Formats: sequence, C-alpha cells, structure tokens
Amino acid sequence: MDVVNQLQRQFIDYSASLHREGFLDDQFTQLQKLQDDNSPDFVVEVASLFFEDCEKLINNMARALEQQQGVDFKQVDASVHQLKGSSSSIGAMRVKDVCIAFRSFCEAQNREGCLRCLQQVTHEYSLLKNKLQTLFRLQQQILAAGGSIPVVE
Amino acid sequence: MESCNCIEPQWPPDDLLMKYQYISDFFIALAYFSIPLELIYFVKKSAVFPYRWVLVQFGAFIVLCGATHLINLWTFTVHSRTVASVMTTAKVLTAAVSCITALMLVHIIPDLLSVKTRELFLKNKAAELDREMGLIRTQEETGRHVRMLTHEIRSTLDRHTILKTTLVELGRTLALEECALWMPTRTGLELQLSYTLRQQNPVGYTVPIHHPVINQVFSSNRAVKISPNCPVARLRPAGKYMPGEVVAVRVPLLHLSNFHINDWPELSTKRYALMVLMLPSDSARQWHVHELELVEVVADQVAVALSHAAILEESMRARDLLMEQNVALDLARREAETAIRARNDFLAVMNHEMRTPMHAIIALSSLLQETELTPEQRLMVETILKSSNLLATLINDVLDLSGLEDGSLQLDLGTFNLYAVFREVLNLIKPIASVKKLHVSLTLAPDLPEYAIGDEKRLMQTILNIVGNAVKFSKEGSISITAFVAKLDTLRDSKAPEFLPVLSDNHFYLRVQVKDSGSGINPLDIPKLFTKFAQNQSTGTRNSGGSGLGLAICKRFVNLMEGHIWIESEGLGKGCTAILIVKLGMAERVNESKLPYMPKMPTNHGQTAIAGLKVLVMDENGVSRMVTKGLLLHLGCDVTMVGSSDECLRLVSHEHKVVFMDICVPGIDSYGITIRIHEKFTKRHERPLLVALTGNTDKVKKENCMRAGMDGLILKPVSLDKMRSVLTDLLEHRVFFEAI
Repeated sequence: MDVVNQLQRQFIDYSASLHREGFLDDQFTQLQKLQDDNSPDFVVEVASLFFEDCEKLINNMARALEQQQGVDFKQVDASVHQLKGSSSSIGAMRVKDVCIAFRSFCEAQNREGCLRCLQQVTHEYSLLKNKLQTLFRLQQQILAAGGSIPVVE
Repeated sequence: MESCNCIEPQWPPDDLLMKYQYISDFFIALAYFSIPLELIYFVKKSAVFPYRWVLVQFGAFIVLCGATHLINLWTFTVHSRTVASVMTTAKVLTAAVSCITALMLVHIIPDLLSVKTRELFLKNKAAELDREMGLIRTQEETGRHVRMLTHEIRSTLDRHTILKTTLVELGRTLALEECALWMPTRTGLELQLSYTLRQQNPVGYTVPIHHPVINQVFSSNRAVKISPNCPVARLRPAGKYMPGEVVAVRVPLLHLSNFHINDWPELSTKRYALMVLMLPSDSARQWHVHELELVEVVADQVAVALSHAAILEESMRARDLLMEQNVALDLARREAETAIRARNDFLAVMNHEMRTPMHAIIALSSLLQETELTPEQRLMVETILKSSNLLATLINDVLDLSGLEDGSLQLDLGTFNLYAVFREVLNLIKPIASVKKLHVSLTLAPDLPEYAIGDEKRLMQTILNIVGNAVKFSKEGSISITAFVAKLDTLRDSKAPEFLPVLSDNHFYLRVQVKDSGSGINPLDIPKLFTKFAQNQSTGTRNSGGSGLGLAICKRFVNLMEGHIWIESEGLGKGCTAILIVKLGMAERVNESKLPYMPKMPTNHGQTAIAGLKVLVMDENGVSRMVTKGLLLHLGCDVTMVGSSDECLRLVSHEHKVVFMDICVPGIDSYGITIRIHEKFTKRHERPLLVALTGNTDKVKKENCMRAGMDGLILKPVSLDKMRSVLTDLLEHRVFFEAI
C-alpha cells in the first residue's frame, strides 16, 4: 500500500501544481466529479476529444492564416471560438485565455497578432496535452496498484 | 053647652107662657123629625155602622117623641078627644120605644166605648209602627247609602277620589256638620289633616300621633265617641253653639307587603288614618248605633278600597316602567340590528371592494409570471403573488371571523405537505428576521409525517401568525420552531381542562413550539392574549401594530382543528413560548397530482424530478457537448445530443422537457430555432423549455434571448451543482435566467 499512497500523493501534488500553474481550473475538477461508475473514463474521453478537436482547429486556423490573399478572419474567429468553447469546457485555462486574446486580434483583423496567438495556442496546447497525459498515466498507475483516485478539491 | 069631649088645657091659651110652650113644642117636633132624617141620611152614606138596629130604634123613638110633641101642639087649645087619644097613643108608644131603647143602650154604650178605646189603642200602635217604619226606612236608607258609598269608593281607583267621595257621601248620609280624615305623615309621628268635607284645601294641620284619645281610637276597630275638645275634633271654628257629638274611627292603611294570603289583616300594619265625624252643632242629635255601624263599615271599605288603589297604583307604575324598559330595549335592539346590518354591509362592501383589487393583483401577477422576466423581476413577482395570496386569505378571514363567531366556518380539508408548510413559513419570515438580526431555526422531528390531512392554508396562517408574533416582539436573539408528533402524555399536560385529546389511528396530534427570546409576557396577561381586540396597554413595545385579531383567529382555527394553543412565559424580558397542538389526519401515499396549493416543489424531490428527464442538447462543439452530456447523465437525465440546428429541429419532440442550446457559435441562428420550435409546439405545456448555453454574454444578448422566446440562459462553464439547481429551478418555475 505504500506504493499506492505514494502514487496518490504524487497525483495530488501534480494536480495541485497543474491548478496552481493555471493549466487547469475548476471546470476540470467538475469534470472529475462527473466521473463515476457509469462513466469511469469520462475525463479521459473528454480529454481525448479535446485533443482531437484542438488539433483540428489549430490546423484550420493555421491554414486559414497562411492564406496570403485575404485571410478569412471570420473562419479563424469561428475556429478560435470553438477552441475557446472547448477549452473552457474542459477547464484548460491557459488555452482559453490565449483564445480570448486571439479573438480580439481576429476582430481587429490583425494577422500578425493572430499568428502570434496561434503560436501561443499551439504551445499551450502541447504543454497541456503532456501534462494531462502524465496525469492520466498516474491515474492508471494508481488504479493498477489497486488504489482509488483521490478527489482533489 | 053641649057636652064636648074637649079637653081644656090647664092654662089659658092666650097666656104668654103657653105661647112659648107652643113654639118650643113646634121646634122640638121639627128637630125631632129632622134628626132621624139626618141619621138615615148619614147612615145610608156610611158604609159601616154596626148598630143599625139601634138606629132604627132610636129613630123610632125620636119620631114618636116628635110626634108626641107635634100632637102636643093641638092640646094647647081646646081639642077633641080624638086628638087626646092620639096623643096618648103616641106617648104610650114613645114610652115603650124609649124604654126599649134605654134598655138597648145599656148593652150598646159599653160596646161603643170600647170601640173608642180600641181606636185609641190602634192609633197609638199605628203611630208606633210609623215610627218604627221610619227607623227601618232610615236604616235601609243608610244601608243604601253605605252600598252607594262603597260603590262610589270602589268604582274609582284613585286615592283622592275615594277619600273625597267617602267624606261627601258620609256627610250626606249622616247629615254631618264636618267630616275629616287625618293621614299619618311620612315619619309616622303625626297625623296630618288631609281631607275635610267643608273646607276645600285643608291647611297642613298636624297633630302628634301619641295622644291618648287617638291611641284609644286606634286600638279598637269600632267607632269611638270622642270629646269635641280633642285636638282632632277641633275642625270648625268655635261657634257659640254647643258642638255636636264627635265620633272617630280608625281606617287601616294596608300596605301591599302586608297582604299575607293566609292571615288576613289582623293588621300587622301599624299605620292608621283617623276619620272624624261631627254632628251638626246645634242639633240635639246623638249618634245612633246604626250610624256608628255605618261609619265602621265605611271605614273598613275605605281601607280595602285604598289598598286596592295602592295595588293598582303599584302595578300601573310597574307596568309603565316595564313599558318604558320595553321601549328602550326595543330601541336598543333596533339600534344593535342596525349596527350589525351596517357592519355586515360594510364588511360585504369592503370585502367586495377589497377583493376586486386583490383579484386584479393576483390575476395580473400570475399573468406577469407567465411572461418573460428577469430573475429579479421574477423574484419580485413571486413575492407579490405570495403576499397577495396571503392578503387575500386575510380578507377572507376577516369575513370568516363573523363566520367563525357563528360557528359556520368549516375547514378546507385536504392533503398537503407538512414540511413544506414549515418551510414556507420559514421563507416568509426569514427576510424580516434577518433584518432584525434574529436567528430563526426550524426543527422538524423525524417521525413527523410528511403529508397530512387538514386545512393547510389556515394551519400555515396560524403558524405564521405565531412565528410572526415571535419575530415581532423579539428585538434580538433567536427564535426556534420545533414541530413533532405529540404523544399522549405531552397532550395531557396541556393547560386546558377541556382539551381531551383522543388518539386514533387515522389522526395524529401535531405539536409546534415557537420559542423566542424576546420581551416576554407578564403571566397575568396571558389569559387575555387570545381575546379579540384585547391588548395589554402596559408595555410600549406592544404598540407596534396588530389589530389584536391575530391570536383570536388563531385560537378559533386551532379550536376548529380540535386542538389547543397557549402561551407560556416566565415574565417580562424572559421570552415566551407559544405552543400549539392540532389534530391532523394521516395521509396515505400521495402522488404528486394531489398537491394543489404548493407553488414550490420541495427540493428533496428535485432529484426525482430531474431523474429521467428527457433532455436535448444541441452543441456544435464536441467537447462542450460531451461535457454537458456528462453533466446531465450524472444527474440522471436522458440525454439526446445533436450537433446542428436541423438535427435539433428534427429530433425535438414533446417528450423532451428541456432543450439546451449553445448559442455562442456564430453560425447558429439560435433565435431562428427558438422561433421554429415555438411554432412547432403551439401548446405551451408540450413545448420543451429552451435554455441557452453560452460562454459569454451581455445584456443585449440576454434580452434577445428573452425576446426570442427562450426560457432560460445559463453561462458556461456549468458546474454539477449549478446544473442541478438550474434544472430544478427550471422545472419549478419554467424559467431561469442567470444574472449577468
């Protein structure tokens, strides 16, 4: 059981750090609450969906912004909007913040700004993905060791 | 000479003496002849003459004597023998008859004499009889007078007339000089001259009652002769004549209270009047026995008549008094009826006048509730509705109070949620309590049934009244409300001897205790508390409004519910506890349709409301769609996910109670969908509730949502608790707009 405790402690610490650093916010906690016996992998599923969505959207945005002649800011904006929605749904705070900034650039039709934001978004997204994957790995380790996922408040 | 038989008279005829003799004889003869004629004539005339035979004899005798004397006339001269013989015959006859007559007269004359004495005797007798007749007649007349007097006296029931008549009639009957009546004064120590016959208005002339003569008169019931020098007899101015005899008699004055049925007036009364009667002064009249008797009889009659008059006076007076009282009572009754009618009219009018605006308020507030409102507005409208409902109930009760007094009020029995009643009371009282910084706590015993049968409105009103009073009269501290099922022992020690709780299977006794730490009540004032309009004037804190009706109404309601309500307090400043026990019926399992009045579904039913709820979620964003789905699934809803508005319109049905739409995606015309859904479901109860989910919004967007016909707006991100409460609220109020 020492292993489990250790793992759990690690998990808690890691979760706390993620929250502290602003990667995740309260919404993520809510999602974790939704995980129950009926949907044991709920959070993972949502996260996976998020990652897929994100990649798709980022690609869309990149493509749209690469257009030399007449960037379709509306499309970009739509994508950013989607991304913002998704990130806020999952609780990816940092991503969401970038999206907000991104949107203002879109409205201003500032290509440079948009590109910069896109870069930022991509960066944040990758970070988050890694962190979440680490978290999920920890979770699986705990479960494998026979423990239960501690609830992080 | 011849020898003649002539007889020569003795004397010579021419003698003077002879002449005189001749004439006398002539006249004697005449007289003698006329006497029998007279006799015959008068005898014939008289009817009665017993001695006819004697008369005949006498007549014969006289006739013969006359004849003799007549014949004698011829003898004066020379007369023949025949004449002499005739003369002799006549004389002989006369002698015979006269002897016989003389003899007869011996028998007759004693008879005649005795006749005379008899006649005298008879005359005397007749005189005596006449006298006696006179006496009898007087007596009879007196009797008649008495009867008449009595009749006169009795025919009037007026005191004065009686007495006056008495005196007048007595005076007339007995031919009195003066007749007077002395009445005892109020003090009873003097006799006052009240009535006299001759003087019209006797001056108030009094005589002390303790005079020996007066005492003598009073001590006997007979008429007593008194001396004219006695003070009561000095009625006339002293004349030069001897005053006539005076008689005095007592007249008992009978009082009503002295009329004992069994013992007739042996005169337990001591009050007498004195009647004084004076005979005419210069006559030699004396008082006769019959007159005295008359006076006594009259005195008695007068006494009786006076007492009758007195009785009548009393009864007349009593009757007049009764009549007056009757009239006064009638007037009072009519006034009271008018007042009651006026009050009823007033109540009816006011009731109507009050109800009409109340109805308007309630109806319009309800309608307002159906429209789109901001949450604050909705809250306000709900408060308005709740308050108006309470006010309407109060108005009803104002009218009911008269119904309560008639006993014609009946409880509206129904099944209701007991817990909800308490919660409602708590919710209503919380604002005021929090303003006063009072802490209100509610404790419901676990064994308290959730549902009960009773008059929910009135129970709530009662509890609210008590709790309200607790809050009103507490300046600080806390108020605790506890409710539990009363057991038999706790029932029995309630301080009401007439409260006899009966336990039965279908009923239970709810006991509610409201304890406050407020200003308390003086234990002496406690009995007055439940009296209508009675407020104790002492403490100034009690001036804070209240018509005084509240507790009285509560008591009546509680009585109707076969319960008991009382207040305990240890004194001023020590707070007080109001305890009420009512009898409620046990309810069986209740299905939701039986809950009529409750505007709010209790929150522990929220889960069951949400569970199984069919929900449609429309969200283009996969992630957020998934999150929302997860939320709703966790809450137990039956979730359908759609990704586009077309899919939404296709799949939406009346089975879906709520449709969550994400409107922050620019491409989606959420308003259009809303309108189309409105069109699809014309009946309001079929249409699912349309809730907008949005990540960011502003007032404009919110208004647009409302205008488009959305029922709700929620900001993302939505936590589990938020979703739960939103759904609950949504299902209760059919609207939920988050505050921006």
